[in-house]
Amino acid sequence: MANTSVPKKPLADAKYAQPINAISIVAPAVGWLIPGAGHLIQKRWIRGLLLMASVVIMFVLGVLMDGRIYRPNGGDILDILGFIGDIGAGGLYIVSLARDLGQGAIAHATADYGTKYLIVAGLLNFISVADAYHIAVGKKP
Amino acid sequence: MSLALSHFNAAVLFAVFASVVFGITQRNNARDQLRYGLYCFVMFVGGVFVAGWLMWFLRR
Repeated sequence: MANTSVPKKPLADAKYAQPINAISIVAPAVGWLIPGAGHLIQKRWIRGLLLMASVVIMFVLGVLMDGRIYRPNGGDILDILGFIGDIGAGGLYIVSLARDLGQGAIAHATADYGTKYLIVAGLLNFISVADAYHIAVGKKP
Repeated sequence: MSLALSHFNAAVLFAVFASVVFGITQRNNARDQLRYGLYCFVMFVGGVFVAGWLMWFLRR
């Protein structure tokens, strides 16, 4: 059988692509620890500040609304998923655990919004970490 | 200190922050980011109104 070779289509982002380098590891790590910092160290000032403001304000509002902060656990699946969401906030999550925030009893209806704010702040930070990585490897300008 | 937002205010604030992050991370240039962020915000808030009216009809 003839060995037919199909010409590969060039990737849409090939013109930006770069090999993995130090910044592609440091930027996501810093971006996770300090929301938005992964963009700031790559000199994407406006994007970084907007991401930082969005994630930090959302997390702080969640705490102020008496939202629950999930600790590491192996119990109910929703508790595990809540923990995975919360841990996305990186340094904010670590500080809030250290200060024992978000452990009180829920006293009003909108406190549940606070819990969701905390989880979504972490999940949004995961997205911004992925974006910082894509910028670092050149997949995104 | 405890913050008690109304359901609507909480939903709108949620929409603002989520839209900013979606806009920045899901598009490549500033113009597209702004357009997509606004689109997400409108969809979030529009969803709140649609869900609100649906619940109002279900309650009747």
